[in-house]
Amino acid sequence: MIENLLTASVLASGIRLATPYLYAAIGETFGQRSGVLNLGVEGVMLMGAFTSLWAVHEITPVGATSYYAPALLAGVLVALLVGLLMGLATAVINVTLQAQQGISGIGIYLFGLGMSDLLFQKVFRGQVITVNGFPKVNIPVLSDLPVLGEVFFRQNLLVYLAFALVPATWFVLNKTTLGLNIRAVGQNPEAADAMGISVTRVRYFTVTLGGMLASLAGASLSISLVNVFQQNMTAGQGFIAVALVYFGAWQARGVMFGALLFSLVNALQLQVRTKGIDVPDEAASMAPYLLTIIALIFASRRIDQPAALTKPFERGE
Amino acid sequence: MILLMNANPLDAYQALWEGAFGTKNAVADTLVKATPLLLVGIGICISFRGGVVNIGGEGQMIAGGLAAVAIGLQYKEADPTTVIIACLVGSFIAGALWGGIAGVLKAYFNVNEILSTIMLNQIAAFGMMYLVRSEFIDPRQKGRAAPIPETERLPRSLDLPRIGGTLDDLYDFLGLSSADANQWGTTLLHNGIVIAFVLAIVVYILLWRTTIGYRIRAVGKNPRASRYAGIKVKRYVVLSLLLSGGFAGLAGGIQLLGVRHRMNAEGGAIAFTGNAGFNGIVAALFGGLHPLGTIPASILFGALLVGGNKLQRSVQVPSALITALIGLVIIFVVASDVFVRRRSRRRVAVATSEASAETAGVRASL
Repeated sequence: MIENLLTASVLASGIRLATPYLYAAIGETFGQRSGVLNLGVEGVMLMGAFTSLWAVHEITPVGATSYYAPALLAGVLVALLVGLLMGLATAVINVTLQAQQGISGIGIYLFGLGMSDLLFQKVFRGQVITVNGFPKVNIPVLSDLPVLGEVFFRQNLLVYLAFALVPATWFVLNKTTLGLNIRAVGQNPEAADAMGISVTRVRYFTVTLGGMLASLAGASLSISLVNVFQQNMTAGQGFIAVALVYFGAWQARGVMFGALLFSLVNALQLQVRTKGIDVPDEAASMAPYLLTIIALIFASRRIDQPAALTKPFERGE
Repeated sequence: MILLMNANPLDAYQALWEGAFGTKNAVADTLVKATPLLLVGIGICISFRGGVVNIGGEGQMIAGGLAAVAIGLQYKEADPTTVIIACLVGSFIAGALWGGIAGVLKAYFNVNEILSTIMLNQIAAFGMMYLVRSEFIDPRQKGRAAPIPETERLPRSLDLPRIGGTLDDLYDFLGLSSADANQWGTTLLHNGIVIAFVLAIVVYILLWRTTIGYRIRAVGKNPRASRYAGIKVKRYVVLSLLLSGGFAGLAGGIQLLGVRHRMNAEGGAIAFTGNAGFNGIVAALFGGLHPLGTIPASILFGALLVGGNKLQRSVQVPSALITALIGLVIIFVVASDVFVRRRSRRRVAVATSEASAETAGVRASL
């Protein structure tokens, strides 16, 4: 049965489905490394998903049968802009106003959930609109490899970019002054402050970056994976992305493996459904969440959580 | 935001108000909607005061609803009053167990309760859909080509008693009754709101007048100091989530016996809970995490929800607006906390500096 399920196309879709998790979780990694837990990822994702699809829909010429590059570029830019604004708002709330992060995040989530739906009702009257999303880009030579070619090298640009972010994140966090500052602020903000690092500025940077990546994660769903928008289409992926950061022990590589594990489960789930194998639908849908809890139990055994996570910083006199 | 939808804000506010308080029916609707918010909210007061962020109200409500429907269907023939009580107790226990899982995970496995409760919400939702589609499905739906995924309706004897008639009697007694046909007796107001009011007072007493409540709050304020004081911190973390989950479960049970009367898997979890698991958090925060403050707060949000529906019908503003608004309210409440904290800190600082000035003065005079 396993051979039947783990085909190259399932693996390829596993890689593809990892994209939203990757963008969102990497953005969250930056935030958490600097000591800010942003639980609003899901809401930002929804806003990114809707606005990018809207932009693509508006700019693509009517009746176009294939993708229209300027529209896709605009979609990504709009998502980044929306993410920037929501990220900045999150930073104001969590850093400047020192809100309790677990709860403010739920507020941002509900705002994004309601607002994206509101716009959807208003702009498209709740109709599901399909757009021409990012096309597959076959990488020359490599894409002709047996199996590996199909799994890794016939994906679209947003997928490649997501995986490229993993080493980039590792590099920034571990090999640059900026990364050192981020980690210092997350471990010991008082000491960082005494060293002349602006805790506020670093946190504004990471939280805003996190917002942009979360929004891009939403766009990767709506204009690259499924090419439609539906109310609450992220269905908990943003929350899983937050959990993935714990699971990956605040390292880009660990986050990537976590994302792949989850996306592979998702891909298998789809395969099980299409093959009509007799597993209750709900049991398959439940699997990722059970997996998250189990993963969290194991992740929490290690104690490398940023020491100042969720703790607002206020300069002493 | 209302302007964004091209609607006249004044019309919108009027529709909101009329929808929520305009008629006796509207007031009854508001109170019915406020009931689960209040119950979830008082649970949230316990957990947040205990330093535990319980986001799992949705899942705990579902657990409670399932328990109530299971018990009700099992004992259809028994004495209704006993069965109603059994259903409500069962729903409390089911919600408590569902919340307790997150408590044990936090206390003994160091798993962040925010994440675990969010995951448990999803698991409960899918679990409910599975059960309602298979084990619990209405026997009459079984043979059909396209069965509706729902349980049998509980017998009417198990509906929570409506209290409209009693209110009408009270009006008569006070000489307030009007001659119009619009009486409380015809509204859907059930006694869940009374149960919720009473329990809000009970929770207030629990938190501020008993040792257990004192310890819960001590653990929430400062777990390390509590440990030195000999309080078994882990046990109180679990207890906070047990109680908090229990009240959410009861909200589910009351929602089932008072409003829905059956479980339906269509529309997923939100169709049953109406997002009360989240909105209850808002009500509690708005009520200052105080059980008594949560009473008016939950009525306010109940009104917002009922008015929102009315808004949708009369000025064509989707009720998604209300979700977005509630999000904003949460943000404003938690973001304005800092000013309250700063002010109280300044007051402490002033008091201590005055005190030290006094001692200095005393010393100088010596």
